[in-house]
Amino acid sequence: MIYLELFFAFLKIGAFSFGGGYGMISLIRETVLSHAWMAEEELLNFIAVAESTPGPLAVNMATFIGASQAGFWGSLAATFGVVLPSFVVILIIAGLITNLLQYKGVAAFLKGVRPGVVGLILATAVTIGLSTLFSFSTVGDALRPDGAGLLILGALAALHLLSVRLRKKAPSPILMILFSAFLGILLY
Amino acid sequence: MKKKKASYLNLFLTMLKIGAFTFGGGYAMIALLETELIEKKKWIGKEEFLDMVAIAESTPGPVAINSATYIGYKTGGVIGSAVATLGVVIPSFTVIFLISLFYDAFLSLDFVGRGFRGIQVCVVYLIFSADLKLLRQLERSVFNAVVLLLVAAVMLLSSLFARGFSSALCLLLCGGAGLAVYWCAPRRKKGGDFS
Repeated sequence: MIYLELFFAFLKIGAFSFGGGYGMISLIRETVLSHAWMAEEELLNFIAVAESTPGPLAVNMATFIGASQAGFWGSLAATFGVVLPSFVVILIIAGLITNLLQYKGVAAFLKGVRPGVVGLILATAVTIGLSTLFSFSTVGDALRPDGAGLLILGALAALHLLSVRLRKKAPSPILMILFSAFLGILLY
Repeated sequence: MKKKKASYLNLFLTMLKIGAFTFGGGYAMIALLETELIEKKKWIGKEEFLDMVAIAESTPGPVAINSATYIGYKTGGVIGSAVATLGVVIPSFTVIFLISLFYDAFLSLDFVGRGFRGIQVCVVYLIFSADLKLLRQLERSVFNAVVLLLVAAVMLLSSLFARGFSSALCLLLCGGAGLAVYWCAPRRKKGGDFS
Protein backbone atom coordinates (compact mmCIF):
# COMPACT_ATOMS: atom_id res chain seq x y z
CA MET A 1 0.00 0.00 0.00
CA ILE A 2 1.41 3.35 -1.06
CA TYR A 3 0.52 5.17 2.19
CA LEU A 4 2.41 2.65 4.31
CA GLU A 5 5.30 2.65 1.85
CA LEU A 6 5.53 6.45 2.09
CA PHE A 7 5.18 6.38 5.86
CA PHE A 8 7.95 3.83 6.42
CA ALA A 9 10.33 5.30 3.84
CA PHE A 10 10.14 8.70 5.53
CA LEU A 11 10.15 7.21 9.02
CA LYS A 12 13.57 5.80 8.13
CA ILE A 13 14.72 9.19 6.84
CA GLY A 14 13.52 10.85 10.04
CA ALA A 15 15.27 8.28 12.19
CA PHE A 16 18.66 8.29 10.47
CA SER A 17 19.19 11.88 9.47
CA PHE A 18 21.86 13.38 11.68
CA GLY A 19 23.41 16.80 11.36
CA GLY A 20 20.41 18.77 10.15
CA GLY A 21 19.94 20.39 6.73
CA TYR A 22 22.02 18.56 4.16
CA GLY A 23 22.87 15.82 6.65
CA MET A 24 19.84 13.97 5.35
CA ILE A 25 20.58 14.51 1.68
CA SER A 26 22.21 11.16 0.96
CA LEU A 27 19.46 9.16 2.62
CA ILE A 28 16.74 11.19 0.89
CA ARG A 29 18.47 10.76 -2.47
CA GLU A 30 18.90 7.02 -1.97
CA THR A 31 15.23 6.63 -0.96
CA VAL A 32 13.60 8.66 -3.73
CA LEU A 33 15.83 7.18 -6.44
CA SER A 34 15.35 3.58 -5.34
CA HIS A 35 11.56 3.95 -5.19
CA ALA A 36 11.67 5.79 -8.54
CA TRP A 37 9.75 8.65 -6.93
CA MET A 38 12.08 11.18 -8.55
CA ALA A 39 14.93 11.33 -11.05
CA GLU A 40 18.22 13.01 -10.14
CA GLU A 41 17.39 16.31 -11.90
CA GLU A 42 13.93 16.42 -10.30
CA LEU A 43 15.54 15.93 -6.90
CA LEU A 44 17.90 18.85 -7.49
CA ASN A 45 15.01 21.03 -8.71
CA PHE A 46 13.05 20.26 -5.61
CA ILE A 47 15.97 20.89 -3.25
CA ALA A 48 16.07 24.41 -4.72
CA VAL A 49 12.33 24.80 -4.10
CA ALA A 50 12.77 23.55 -0.54
CA GLU A 51 15.62 26.03 0.02
CA SER A 52 13.36 28.88 -1.11
CA THR A 53 10.34 27.91 1.00
CA PRO A 54 10.07 27.81 4.79
CA GLY A 55 10.63 24.65 6.80
CA PRO A 56 13.18 21.83 7.05
CA LEU A 57 14.28 20.08 3.85
CA ALA A 58 13.18 16.66 5.09
CA VAL A 59 9.65 17.85 5.90
CA ASN A 60 9.33 19.68 2.57
CA MET A 61 10.57 16.62 0.74
CA ALA A 62 8.14 14.33 2.57
CA THR A 63 5.17 16.57 1.88
CA PHE A 64 6.07 16.94 -1.79
CA ILE A 65 6.82 13.28 -2.54
CA GLY A 66 3.72 12.21 -0.61
CA ALA A 67 1.54 14.62 -2.57
CA SER A 68 3.00 13.69 -5.94
CA GLN A 69 2.65 9.95 -5.27
CA ALA A 70 -0.67 9.74 -3.45
CA GLY A 71 -2.31 13.15 -3.08
CA PHE A 72 -3.21 14.79 0.20
CA TRP A 73 -3.29 11.63 2.34
CA GLY A 74 0.01 10.57 0.86
CA SER A 75 1.63 13.83 1.86
CA LEU A 76 0.16 13.51 5.33
CA ALA A 77 1.46 9.93 5.71
CA ALA A 78 4.98 10.87 4.57
CA THR A 79 5.15 14.03 6.70
CA PHE A 80 3.89 12.16 9.77
CA GLY A 81 6.54 9.50 9.15
CA VAL A 82 9.43 11.95 8.92
CA VAL A 83 8.40 13.85 12.07
CA LEU A 84 7.58 10.88 14.30
CA PRO A 85 11.15 9.71 15.16
CA SER A 86 12.22 13.23 16.22
CA PHE A 87 9.10 13.62 18.27
CA VAL A 88 9.51 10.33 20.11
CA VAL A 89 13.26 10.65 20.68
CA ILE A 90 12.98 14.21 21.99
CA LEU A 91 10.07 13.33 24.27
CA ILE A 92 12.15 10.52 25.76
CA ILE A 93 15.12 12.84 26.27
CA ALA A 94 13.14 15.79 27.61
CA GLY A 95 10.88 13.70 29.80
CA LEU A 96 12.74 10.59 30.91
CA ILE A 97 16.47 10.57 30.28
CA THR A 98 17.40 14.23 30.64
CA ASN A 99 21.13 13.46 30.71
CA LEU A 100 21.18 11.06 27.74
CA LEU A 101 23.90 13.05 25.99
CA GLN A 102 26.11 12.83 29.08
CA TYR A 103 26.28 9.03 28.82
CA LYS A 104 29.78 8.16 27.65
CA GLY A 105 28.49 5.51 25.23
CA VAL A 106 26.05 7.90 23.54
CA ALA A 107 28.73 10.58 23.28
CA ALA A 108 31.14 8.05 21.75
CA PHE A 109 28.52 6.88 19.24
CA LEU A 110 27.86 10.48 18.17
CA LYS A 111 31.61 11.11 17.84
CA GLY A 112 31.66 8.38 15.24
CA VAL A 113 28.53 9.59 13.48
CA ARG A 114 29.70 13.20 13.10
CA PRO A 115 32.61 12.68 10.66
CA GLY A 116 30.47 10.02 8.96
CA VAL A 117 27.82 12.60 8.10
CA VAL A 118 30.45 14.92 6.60
CA GLY A 119 31.76 12.01 4.52
CA LEU A 120 28.26 11.06 3.35
CA ILE A 121 27.45 14.58 2.20
CA LEU A 122 30.82 14.81 0.44
CA ALA A 123 30.15 11.58 -1.48
CA THR A 124 26.66 12.77 -2.41
CA ALA A 125 27.96 16.14 -3.57
CA VAL A 126 30.63 14.53 -5.76
CA THR A 127 28.15 11.98 -7.18
CA ILE A 128 25.54 14.60 -8.03
CA GLY A 129 28.23 17.00 -9.29
CA LEU A 130 29.64 14.39 -11.68
CA SER A 131 26.22 13.49 -13.04
CA THR A 132 25.01 17.09 -13.38
CA LEU A 133 28.15 18.70 -14.78
CA PHE A 134 29.75 15.78 -16.62
CA SER A 135 26.81 13.41 -17.35
CA PHE A 136 28.90 10.79 -15.56
CA SER A 137 26.99 8.55 -13.16
CA THR A 138 28.55 5.08 -13.39
CA VAL A 139 31.93 3.76 -14.44
CA GLY A 140 31.87 3.31 -18.22
CA ASP A 141 29.92 6.48 -18.99
CA ALA A 142 31.69 8.92 -21.27
CA LEU A 143 32.76 12.13 -19.54
CA ARG A 144 30.77 14.91 -21.22
CA PRO A 145 31.44 18.27 -19.60
CA ASP A 146 28.54 20.73 -19.61
CA GLY A 147 30.17 24.04 -20.59
CA ALA A 148 27.27 26.25 -19.51
CA GLY A 149 27.03 24.40 -16.20
CA LEU A 150 30.73 24.84 -15.46
CA LEU A 151 30.41 28.52 -16.33
CA ILE A 152 27.53 28.88 -13.85
CA LEU A 153 29.56 27.04 -11.20
CA GLY A 154 32.42 29.49 -11.73
CA ALA A 155 30.07 32.46 -11.56
CA LEU A 156 28.60 31.19 -8.28
CA ALA A 157 32.06 30.75 -6.77
CA ALA A 158 32.93 34.31 -7.88
CA LEU A 159 29.71 35.67 -6.35
CA HIS A 160 30.47 33.79 -3.13
CA LEU A 161 34.04 35.13 -2.91
CA LEU A 162 32.94 38.65 -3.75
CA SER A 163 30.25 38.60 -1.07
CA VAL A 164 32.64 37.28 1.55
CA ARG A 165 35.21 39.93 0.59
CA LEU A 166 32.77 42.87 0.54
CA ARG A 167 30.06 41.97 3.04
CA LYS A 168 31.98 39.52 5.23
CA LYS A 169 29.36 36.80 4.78
CA ALA A 170 28.25 34.21 2.25
CA PRO A 171 25.40 35.19 -0.09
CA SER A 172 22.01 33.78 0.93
CA PRO A 173 21.02 30.51 -0.78
CA ILE A 174 17.94 32.18 -2.28
CA LEU A 175 20.07 34.89 -3.90
CA MET A 176 22.38 32.23 -5.37
CA ILE A 177 19.41 30.23 -6.67
CA LEU A 178 17.91 33.28 -8.38
CA PHE A 179 21.29 34.22 -9.85
CA SER A 180 21.82 30.74 -11.28
CA ALA A 181 18.25 30.60 -12.63
CA PHE A 182 18.94 33.84 -14.50
CA LEU A 183 22.20 32.45 -15.92
CA GLY A 184 20.42 29.20 -16.80
CA ILE A 185 17.79 31.00 -18.88
CA LEU A 186 20.56 32.99 -20.56
CA LEU A 187 22.93 30.11 -21.32
CA TYR A 188 20.84 26.99 -22.05
CA MET B 1 15.54 34.75 34.57
CA LYS B 2 11.96 34.00 35.47
CA LYS B 3 10.22 31.49 33.26
CA LYS B 4 6.64 31.96 32.23
CA LYS B 5 3.99 29.34 31.54
CA ALA B 6 2.65 29.13 28.03
CA SER B 7 -0.91 28.48 26.96
CA TYR B 8 -1.33 25.84 24.24
CA LEU B 9 -2.71 28.42 21.84
CA ASN B 10 0.17 30.79 22.47
CA LEU B 11 2.65 27.93 22.01
CA PHE B 12 0.97 26.84 18.79
CA LEU B 13 0.90 30.35 17.30
CA THR B 14 4.52 31.04 18.26
CA MET B 15 5.69 27.84 16.60
CA LEU B 16 3.51 28.53 13.58
CA LYS B 17 5.28 31.86 13.20
CA ILE B 18 8.70 30.27 13.56
CA GLY B 19 7.79 27.55 11.07
CA ALA B 20 6.64 30.15 8.56
CA PHE B 21 9.80 32.25 8.72
CA THR B 22 12.64 29.74 8.78
CA PHE B 23 14.16 29.68 5.36
CA GLY B 24 17.30 27.68 4.79
CA GLY B 25 16.94 25.06 7.49
CA GLY B 26 17.49 24.60 11.18
CA TYR B 27 20.48 26.82 11.87
CA ALA B 28 18.69 29.92 10.63
CA MET B 29 15.88 28.95 12.95
CA ILE B 30 17.99 28.90 16.09
CA ALA B 31 18.55 32.67 15.99
CA LEU B 32 14.82 33.22 15.57
CA LEU B 33 14.02 30.81 18.42
CA GLU B 34 16.46 32.62 20.67
CA THR B 35 14.82 36.05 20.33
CA GLU B 36 11.32 34.63 20.40
CA LEU B 37 11.63 32.19 23.32
CA ILE B 38 14.22 33.72 25.62
CA GLU B 39 13.80 37.45 25.11
CA LYS B 40 10.14 37.87 24.23
CA LYS B 41 8.25 34.98 25.80
CA LYS B 42 10.73 34.05 28.54
CA TRP B 43 9.63 30.41 28.35
CA ILE B 44 13.14 29.07 28.67
CA GLY B 45 16.42 30.33 30.14
CA LYS B 46 19.70 30.88 28.28
CA GLU B 47 21.34 27.80 29.81
CA GLU B 48 18.48 25.51 28.97
CA PHE B 49 18.29 26.95 25.49
CA LEU B 50 21.91 25.97 24.85
CA ASP B 51 21.18 22.47 26.16
CA MET B 52 18.24 22.29 23.81
CA VAL B 53 20.35 23.28 20.80
CA ALA B 54 22.93 20.62 21.68
CA ILE B 55 20.20 17.99 21.97
CA ALA B 56 18.42 19.07 18.79
CA GLU B 57 21.65 18.92 16.83
CA SER B 58 22.80 15.54 18.04
CA THR B 59 19.54 13.61 17.81
CA PRO B 60 18.19 12.40 14.47
CA GLY B 61 15.65 14.46 12.58
CA PRO B 62 15.39 18.09 11.50
CA VAL B 63 16.69 20.61 14.05
CA ALA B 64 13.46 22.64 13.75
CA ILE B 65 11.25 19.69 14.69
CA ASN B 66 13.53 18.59 17.52
CA SER B 67 13.61 22.09 19.03
CA ALA B 68 9.85 22.52 18.77
CA THR B 69 9.15 19.18 20.45
CA TYR B 70 11.62 19.97 23.24
CA ILE B 71 10.29 23.44 23.95
CA GLY B 72 6.71 22.22 23.72
CA TYR B 73 7.41 19.57 26.34
CA LYS B 74 9.23 21.95 28.66
CA THR B 75 6.43 24.51 28.55
CA GLY B 76 3.36 22.30 28.29
CA GLY B 77 4.12 18.60 28.77
CA VAL B 78 3.26 15.94 26.20
CA ILE B 79 0.29 17.88 24.80
CA GLY B 80 2.47 20.97 24.61
CA SER B 81 5.08 19.12 22.58
CA ALA B 82 2.42 17.80 20.17
CA VAL B 83 0.94 21.28 19.79
CA ALA B 84 4.36 22.88 19.21
CA THR B 85 5.47 20.25 16.68
CA LEU B 86 2.21 20.56 14.77
CA GLY B 87 2.60 24.34 14.73
CA VAL B 88 6.13 24.27 13.31
CA VAL B 89 5.22 21.73 10.59
CA ILE B 90 1.95 23.25 9.33
CA PRO B 91 3.44 26.22 7.39
CA SER B 92 5.87 24.14 5.34
CA PHE B 93 3.28 21.41 4.83
CA THR B 94 0.75 23.92 3.49
CA VAL B 95 3.19 25.79 1.27
CA ILE B 96 4.69 22.64 -0.26
CA PHE B 97 1.31 20.97 -0.73
CA LEU B 98 0.04 24.01 -2.64
CA ILE B 99 3.22 24.12 -4.72
CA SER B 100 2.86 20.42 -5.58
CA LEU B 101 -0.50 21.15 -7.22
CA PHE B 102 1.04 23.52 -9.78
CA TYR B 103 4.60 22.24 -9.87
CA ASP B 104 4.54 20.17 -13.07
CA ALA B 105 2.69 22.81 -15.08
CA PHE B 106 5.17 25.43 -13.83
CA LEU B 107 8.23 23.37 -14.70
CA SER B 108 6.99 22.56 -18.17
CA LEU B 109 7.25 26.24 -19.15
CA ASP B 110 10.29 26.55 -21.41
CA PHE B 111 12.13 29.36 -19.61
CA VAL B 112 11.41 27.83 -16.21
CA GLY B 113 12.94 24.56 -17.35
CA ARG B 114 16.06 26.38 -18.55
CA GLY B 115 16.23 28.36 -15.33
CA PHE B 116 16.09 25.13 -13.34
CA ARG B 117 19.01 23.68 -15.31
CA GLY B 118 21.03 26.58 -13.94
CA ILE B 119 19.56 26.02 -10.49
CA GLN B 120 20.67 22.37 -10.51
CA VAL B 121 24.27 23.56 -10.73
CA CYS B 122 23.59 25.91 -7.83
CA VAL B 123 22.25 23.09 -5.66
CA VAL B 124 25.43 21.09 -6.26
CA TYR B 125 27.36 24.18 -5.14
CA LEU B 126 25.16 24.63 -2.06
CA ILE B 127 25.62 21.00 -0.98
CA PHE B 128 29.40 21.33 -1.38
CA SER B 129 29.56 24.51 0.66
CA ALA B 130 27.29 23.09 3.37
CA ASP B 131 29.69 20.16 3.65
CA LEU B 132 32.73 22.46 3.81
CA LYS B 133 31.09 24.37 6.65
CA LEU B 134 30.54 21.14 8.61
CA LEU B 135 34.10 20.08 7.82
CA ARG B 136 35.48 23.30 9.32
CA GLN B 137 33.55 22.68 12.56
CA LEU B 138 34.90 19.14 12.83
CA GLU B 139 37.69 18.56 15.32
CA ARG B 140 41.05 17.81 13.65
CA SER B 141 41.83 14.25 14.64
CA VAL B 142 43.09 11.08 12.99
CA PHE B 143 39.86 9.28 13.86
CA ASN B 144 37.69 11.92 12.19
CA ALA B 145 39.86 12.01 9.08
CA VAL B 146 39.84 8.22 8.72
CA VAL B 147 36.07 7.88 9.19
CA LEU B 148 35.31 10.79 6.86
CA LEU B 149 37.55 9.60 4.02
CA LEU B 150 36.50 5.96 4.38
CA VAL B 151 32.80 6.84 4.28
CA ALA B 152 33.22 9.21 1.34
CA ALA B 153 35.26 6.64 -0.61
CA VAL B 154 32.92 3.72 0.06
CA MET B 155 29.78 5.69 -0.77
CA LEU B 156 31.28 7.26 -3.89
CA LEU B 157 32.64 3.98 -5.26
CA SER B 158 29.42 2.07 -4.51
CA SER B 159 27.46 4.70 -6.41
CA LEU B 160 29.91 4.81 -9.35
CA PHE B 161 29.72 1.03 -9.65
CA ALA B 162 25.93 1.15 -9.28
CA ARG B 163 25.99 -0.89 -6.07
CA GLY B 164 23.68 0.52 -3.47
CA PHE B 165 25.15 0.91 0.01
CA SER B 166 22.69 2.11 2.61
CA SER B 167 23.72 5.40 4.19
CA ALA B 168 21.69 4.50 7.30
CA LEU B 169 23.80 1.36 7.75
CA CYS B 170 26.88 3.44 7.05
CA LEU B 171 26.08 5.85 9.90
CA LEU B 172 25.40 2.96 12.27
CA LEU B 173 28.83 1.56 11.42
CA CYS B 174 30.40 4.98 12.09
CA GLY B 175 28.66 5.12 15.46
CA GLY B 176 29.93 1.59 16.13
CA ALA B 177 33.46 2.72 15.27
CA GLY B 178 33.07 5.59 17.74
CA LEU B 179 32.02 3.12 20.46
CA ALA B 180 34.81 0.68 19.59
CA VAL B 181 37.48 3.38 19.88
CA TYR B 182 35.98 4.54 23.17
CA TRP B 183 36.02 1.03 24.66
CA CYS B 184 39.55 0.27 23.50
CA ALA B 185 41.09 3.63 24.35
CA PRO B 186 41.35 3.37 28.19
CA ARG B 187 43.43 0.20 27.92
CA ARG B 188 46.12 1.92 25.88
CA LYS B 189 46.34 5.11 27.88
CA LYS B 190 43.93 7.20 29.82
CA GLY B 191 41.51 8.88 27.41
CA GLY B 192 43.61 7.86 24.39
CA ASP B 193 43.90 10.13 21.37
CA PHE B 194 40.14 10.10 21.21
CA SER B 195 39.04 12.80 23.57
